[in-house]
Amino acid sequence: MTLIGWLQIGLLFLAVLAVVKPLGLYMASVFSGERTWLSPILAPVERGLYAVAGVDPKKEQGWLGYTFAMLAFSVAGFIALYAILRLQAYLPLNPQGFGNVAPDLAFNTAVSFVTNTNWQNYGGETTMSHFSQMAGLTVQNFLSAATGMALAMALTRAFARSQAATIGNFWVDMTRATLYVLLPLAFIVALAFVAMGLPQTLSAGVTAQTLDGAQQVIALGPVASQEAIKQLGTNGGGFFNVNAAHPFENPSAFSNYLNIFAMLSVSAALVFTFGQMVGNRRQGWTLLATMATLLVAGVAVVYWAEAGGNPILTALGIDGAQGNMEGKEVRFGQAMTALYAAVTTGLSDGGVNGMHGSFTGLGGLVPMFLIQLGEVLPGGVGSGLYGMLVFALLSVFVAGLMVGRTPEFLGKKIESREMKYAMLAVLILPLAILGFTAISAVLPVAVASVGTAGPHGLSEILYAFSSAAGNNGSAFGGLSGNTPWYNTTLGIAMLLGRFAYAVPVMAIAGSLAKKVRSPASSGTFPTDGPLFVGLLIAIILILGGLQFFPALALGPIVEHFAMLAGQTY
Amino acid sequence: MLNQLRPALVTITFFTLVTGLCFPLAVTGLGQALFPAQADGSLVRRGETVVGSALIGQNFASDRYFWPRPSATGPEAYNASASSGSNLGTTSVKLRDRVTGEVQRLREAGVAGAIPADAATTSGSGLDPHISPEFAAAQVDRVARTRGLEPEALRAIVLDHIDNRALGFIGEPRVNVLELNLALDALKS
Repeated sequence: MTLIGWLQIGLLFLAVLAVVKPLGLYMASVFSGERTWLSPILAPVERGLYAVAGVDPKKEQGWLGYTFAMLAFSVAGFIALYAILRLQAYLPLNPQGFGNVAPDLAFNTAVSFVTNTNWQNYGGETTMSHFSQMAGLTVQNFLSAATGMALAMALTRAFARSQAATIGNFWVDMTRATLYVLLPLAFIVALAFVAMGLPQTLSAGVTAQTLDGAQQVIALGPVASQEAIKQLGTNGGGFFNVNAAHPFENPSAFSNYLNIFAMLSVSAALVFTFGQMVGNRRQGWTLLATMATLLVAGVAVVYWAEAGGNPILTALGIDGAQGNMEGKEVRFGQAMTALYAAVTTGLSDGGVNGMHGSFTGLGGLVPMFLIQLGEVLPGGVGSGLYGMLVFALLSVFVAGLMVGRTPEFLGKKIESREMKYAMLAVLILPLAILGFTAISAVLPVAVASVGTAGPHGLSEILYAFSSAAGNNGSAFGGLSGNTPWYNTTLGIAMLLGRFAYAVPVMAIAGSLAKKVRSPASSGTFPTDGPLFVGLLIAIILILGGLQFFPALALGPIVEHFAMLAGQTY
Repeated sequence: MLNQLRPALVTITFFTLVTGLCFPLAVTGLGQALFPAQADGSLVRRGETVVGSALIGQNFASDRYFWPRPSATGPEAYNASASSGSNLGTTSVKLRDRVTGEVQRLREAGVAGAIPADAATTSGSGLDPHISPEFAAAQVDRVARTRGLEPEALRAIVLDHIDNRALGFIGEPRVNVLELNLALDALKS
């Protein structure tokens, strides 16, 4: 680790901190239905859409109506995307002449993009036509993110309101998230990306005559537009197989900053939006401080582990000064790769700029662990915020048990009903991750996909199901996931992680909205300030992380010791 | 749920048009107009011929050129239409054997002392256009010998091609292999 490395990391966090408030305030006015500076252009479009869709924007929904609308929208999105992938060969903008995507892969991919996971069992430049990338995948990059934001805003209103029967209108929230927030930001970021060197063309590619006398076919496409919303929507599904390690997705240190900045800023700002809308900005900052503390710790461990290098290679005569360079790009080095790895998994982004599967044991443990914590640092756009609020509810409940008071959060009494739903949501992750990993670790057809033998093989399987259930999308790429077994089970894990989590959260929202919001008294346990940050961190680590420790001990932790001992498999 | 059918179908259709076609096509139009070179892939031409992209690494095996990092793409190295990393874990025997081979190749090419890590490892993309200044320095003697150049003169050219950190701390020092090798070829003519 070097001072320069930490300066590189620090600059990113400062840049994000600078936009949290302005962007958070803007989103608060967007989701409160206020006029913004984009309204003159977008308001007529919005009205027209509602008229055709038969939506009355003034009419709000209860939690059930809101949830059904969200589910109907997701199902429609899944069917549209699945159809595009299955019919790819007959659709336009297919200059490479790619065939239809196989049924199991199309199922996996459609689920993956609709759930904001963006796990990819395919290489983009060898499988997907430009039409599939644009009208299929890019669309869900917008809409799955907008869906997450809508759900988070519904839960936010449940806290903000007192004795309310409704929590907003899903169609309005989703539409406004897309039109007022994601689309304008994506447009600016995409153009900045083109300026930085990301291709944006409808051509399939060019053939170059290399200096050494060979031919090199260079794949091109509409990369910048997809990259922009891939990051802003914390989707992470790359245009190319190797994601943001590809020089066309991420050509320089500056594009690397913009990639990380774009993925982190909307999620972080949404936490400020929460504080603003519930009338307690300090609460927003408290949640942000919790997220930042854990995230910086994650960056530090990855950076330290990777900068230490691989002693097995050092023994062969490799200089250890550059650290572990297998799977990393020279232009990013250790600090920028560690930063990307921790942020992409603290979020639900899942894009990568280096191959996590070639990280050292502990360096690879961190991204896996951050996913298993439920991706709340600050998590996917929207999904991270509601995940963090579930942890906050659990924290006040535990604190209430310890001091013998009725737990309250923002003036709402937290009772057994909310706790049951919260536990239902929180338990879905270990169930899906550990359950599927256990089966895959003994099923011959599943074990056959493993790329590296030994403890790393278990890590590959564990990472895959963590990533799927956590809706992350990054991978230990040694695992050959494009098999009927993994396409199906990972698809199911993604659906559980998204919807079996979101539905109980919406039930909490419905229940909280009905309650009276009482003012804080001297007996109220304070939920803003350093004490609560500490409590929340402890709850996240214990409730979110501890159940994964035995599995982690058998995978990445053993691998790290094996590496130090020079053991290969 | 049936009363949600109409809004679901209408919004999906509308946003497929807006975010799936209008948005990428608008960015394509504006990007091509404002930054045509970048939008087309930062292609490098020698005369009329496209010899590569400034952003994409290509394979150099001959002794007349500086070598790039090993690449994990298939079927050949630096396949720019199928990017790939090795995805091998640190304890993989395949990784150890492959690096052993690379070390041997570099030793035979006259690299003495500790070998820069990027020289023997594959990048994440398999298309890394850069090598570290250390790896470039380690190749100077071999290239100078093959081309009949003074090592000192070549060292100066390499030094000239090091991209340093922006503002002194952003990014990593690196050498673009294609640009360096193009400079070598320009030298002789």
